[in-house]
Amino acid sequence: MQEFLVIIRGDGRPNTDSAQDMQQHLQNWQHWLHELMASGNYVGGQNLESEGLTVLNSTTVTDRPLAEGKELIAGYLVLRASNAAAAAELVKGCPSLPYGSTFEIRAIRQLHLS
Amino acid sequence: MTTSPNIHQAVNHLFRQASGKMVAVLVKIFGAENYTLVEDVVQDALLSGLETWKLNGIPDNPEAWLFRVARNKAIDIIRRKKHQYNIDFSSPEQLSPSTEYTLASTFDQYWQDQAIRDDFLGMMFACCHPDISPENQVTFILKSLCGFSTREVARAFLTSEDTISKRLYRTKEFFRTNDIRPVIPPPAQLSGRLDAVLNSLYLLFNEGYSATQHEQLVREDIIAQAIYLCQSLLDHEHTRQPRTSALMALFCFHAARIHSRLQSDGTIIPLSQQDRRQWDKALIASGNEWLNKAASGTALSPFHLEAAIAYEHCIAPGYAATNWKMILAYYDALLQLTKDPVILLNRSVALLEYAGAPAALQSLEVVQSHRQLNRYYLYHAVLGEIYKRMNEKDKAVASFEQARQLTTAQQEQQFLTAKIADT
Repeated sequence: MQEFLVIIRGDGRPNTDSAQDMQQHLQNWQHWLHELMASGNYVGGQNLESEGLTVLNSTTVTDRPLAEGKELIAGYLVLRASNAAAAAELVKGCPSLPYGSTFEIRAIRQLHLS
Repeated sequence: MTTSPNIHQAVNHLFRQASGKMVAVLVKIFGAENYTLVEDVVQDALLSGLETWKLNGIPDNPEAWLFRVARNKAIDIIRRKKHQYNIDFSSPEQLSPSTEYTLASTFDQYWQDQAIRDDFLGMMFACCHPDISPENQVTFILKSLCGFSTREVARAFLTSEDTISKRLYRTKEFFRTNDIRPVIPPPAQLSGRLDAVLNSLYLLFNEGYSATQHEQLVREDIIAQAIYLCQSLLDHEHTRQPRTSALMALFCFHAARIHSRLQSDGTIIPLSQQDRRQWDKALIASGNEWLNKAASGTALSPFHLEAAIAYEHCIAPGYAATNWKMILAYYDALLQLTKDPVILLNRSVALLEYAGAPAALQSLEVVQSHRQLNRYYLYHAVLGEIYKRMNEKDKAVASFEQARQLTTAQQEQQFLTAKIADT
């Protein structure tokens, strides 16, 4: 088993004003995460505010990220899976996938100690 | 909103019940190993309530108010201080408050009525773990689920706060080292574990019912708590067993008589001289209802029989008119279930009334050399009564004397002194 960082880009959600639909979307998310917790694949994660700072160099700090809209990192997860492909399969269950979120899966590198 | 000048008194009862529920839910969230943290959060919530309500009056749903405060404090701790306390997030259930994705929704579920009820029962089962001694079980129940302070528990057991603190510490250590969680046991274990809980409630009730306890308020408080805990078991489908109903019936019948058992100065009034008009008819009626409910199923528990005996006393128009024959039959059935010499002793009293002193004396011959019974003041008090009826004054006085030496309770000593003078 290996750990993977899943970077979630874009706050994929139903394009609707219906509070009920939004509520359902949130419940789908919770349900998905609880499944990952129960199966032992979940390690950690948080969702992120859209505001932030970008440090470009020692003199330039901008008060927002460079990327916008669907490029924005909406949150992250740390998952446990046997390989990247298996982690990708898990991520396919994410309720934000049908609404345009994209996911970058990166294995957490373990430096070999001598 | 109601504003009460004596807010402490008004919220005392509320605090007792609310704190037990909060303890149960918070133990689930933080784990029994963080019991001190749990107590801190509960205390904080109660204090906030007291402070705020002093100024603004008691809200319409004070319990929900307290739960919301406890919930927010717990969220705060999970968010900001999870590394300060060793909160275990390793199980799937404990993982879900660890992330903002599911924190709020998980906490909303934790504080729903049904979840709180389940946790409260789960905590009862945790307190009555078979590896915790009965006296430590009862001590911890009073402290954690009934909202008693260490001082109040000490008063309830007529012992020092130091002793109680040690008992509480031992139980907390047991929780910590054995990773005890507040859960209702799975069906396969439920029956045996429920017996332990019922026995513990029985002990708790006895503590309140016992005449050795002089403070009427303390006694009534403990009795009310035992009834409340038993009601919680009856409210839940898994623990609503016939023997739970039987225990409740027993509690009702005994509780109906508490006000007629002592004079205002604390002197004991024997059953034969109690004013039966003082007995609480409403409690006797609900005892009846529970006893009827207890009659379903096939298992006969000692609680059924003890309730039946108490019922016979409650419905008898007078002491002499008591159905001693029926009571004797129930004692015989009890002896079939358990070989407890104390039951044999109680049976001899029924026999004394039904068949006379010689028969009663003979029935006690088998336990004559029983060591524990010989140190039990009631054994000698009963012997005294039997000898008195047989007109054997010397033996009667000697037995009452011995009984008086064996009890430390002042009321009982007074009672026995009066007996000696009367013999």
